Amino acid sequence: MKTIMTGNQAVAEAVKLSRTEVIAAYPITPQTVIVEKLAEMVDSGELDAEFIRVESEHSALASVYGSAVAGKRSFTATSSHGLLYMYEMVWWVANARVPLVMAVVTRTIGPPWNIHTDHTDILTMRDSGWIISMAENVQEAFDLTLQGFKISEELNLPFTAGMDAFQLSHTSEVVEILDQETADSFLPERRQCYVFGEENTTIGSLAPNECTAKLRKDTFETMLKADKTIDKVSKEYEEITGRNCGLIEEYRIDDAEYAVVMMGAWSGDAKDAIDELRKEGIPIGLLKLRYIRPIPQKRIEKVLEGREILVLDRDCSMGLGGIIGTELKSFMDDITNVIAGIGGVDVGVNELTKLFRKFSEDKLKDEVIFLEVI
Amino acid sequence: MLKEITILSFGGQGGVTAARILALAAVKDDKFAQAIPQFGAERRGSLVKSYLRISDKEIRRHSSIREADVVSVFAEKILKIVNLEDYLKDGGITLVNSEIGGDYCINASKIAIELNLVSAGWPIVNTAMAGAMAKILDISLDSLIKAINETFHDKLAEINSEAAKKAYTEVHKCNQ
Repeated sequence: MKTIMTGNQAVAEAVKLSRTEVIAAYPITPQTVIVEKLAEMVDSGELDAEFIRVESEHSALASVYGSAVAGKRSFTATSSHGLLYMYEMVWWVANARVPLVMAVVTRTIGPPWNIHTDHTDILTMRDSGWIISMAENVQEAFDLTLQGFKISEELNLPFTAGMDAFQLSHTSEVVEILDQETADSFLPERRQCYVFGEENTTIGSLAPNECTAKLRKDTFETMLKADKTIDKVSKEYEEITGRNCGLIEEYRIDDAEYAVVMMGAWSGDAKDAIDELRKEGIPIGLLKLRYIRPIPQKRIEKVLEGREILVLDRDCSMGLGGIIGTELKSFMDDITNVIAGIGGVDVGVNELTKLFRKFSEDKLKDEVIFLEVI
Repeated sequence: MLKEITILSFGGQGGVTAARILALAAVKDDKFAQAIPQFGAERRGSLVKSYLRISDKEIRRHSSIREADVVSVFAEKILKIVNLEDYLKDGGITLVNSEIGGDYCINASKIAIELNLVSAGWPIVNTAMAGAMAKILDISLDSLIKAINETFHDKLAEINSEAAKKAYTEVHKCNQ
């Protein structure tokens, strides 16, 4: 069914179609509408799930940690300060290998108080062991949420579906929502990943140091090969819907001398900017990251090989660079890194066209460029 | 072709809802559409900006609209606090809820009051303004009425449809 919906509504629909059994949430702008919609669905009987109202984000993630360990498909959502307030549980869930899905509507961390998008909040999860995806549009927010349950349950790693505050969460745009039968054919029933015996079992108990190291190594190795699971699941999804939601998207990059790397909603503006520059004969293209964990190093290297590279970050590691720029520099050389759009500063097609033109004229040569406005 | 529209309204007039209804109507006309509320200052009585994009092709951009093809002004008073040219492309057109002023006029307040679309003493002009905008933007009345019926229910759907229809017929070029 094709209709228009906001990103928040679309994520709630995906959670419903996934037959999620437990939802725990604490409201925070701009994520609140997701869990409000889900609360309405549970209240009306449209969704047969337990909705747990909690007193904080820490408890929200702790609650779904419990329900997911008990074998129930579980979901929560948060943003910015809410994510930071649950940060202890972010690691607890990952280290316990608990499959569940959390939507993170990316919002600037204060002060100053700010409700608009940048990507620094979701990237605080980078090293924890969560699968981290980031949508470009409302359709991808829907698609990634639905696929997230399958990917998470196959890998026993928690999954986060990221989308930009307001630009996606509150923007109504065209989206195709699956019917329940199609969603069921894609997503099997939740499988219990823990095996409980007759004896009492503890989860997350004290263990020898070597055991901790072994568990971390196992998560590390699972993340290293998670790309294969994402490939498989996104292919299955593509067969049903015709839409590919793989690790990366390449846009007009085959013959590009200049390549831009970025993620999130402004990638759409970048595509329009690239079309403008192509009209002027500038050979430029885009590599969009749909996932930041796992990060498909080899694929990125292959796509970018022999091209001038600009990584555009909407996030920042203080004194070092953009976080994605820093990531790519860890396995590639000669990267120009620009930080922009921090604090929700509006960066549109005109600004990106100007910026990319400068890049193609080799005028962006500083190590890291931090633009307050473009 | 991409059309970009900025709605300027006071919080409580329904500018955000109007953008969403028009986006839905455009989709029913087999177009692509996008409605973006400009968040931060939405409170009753303050100036609120909402953006609407309509296109034959997929809309990929998500930034706000700085220079619109059409600016729709929900209250005459707004003309005193903003310079419309700041929001308009060269050659862009304006629609104002007024008897005079703007390239196109519609007295949406009068339509709302006549139909008793009033809340806390304010005429709720969004569906009348949506009717007038639909005419200017080449959105079919049929799709607009369908979109209104999906947004409101029962009696409210009926009178809001009536407001839209009236404005769709009455909107006219304005002699400034």
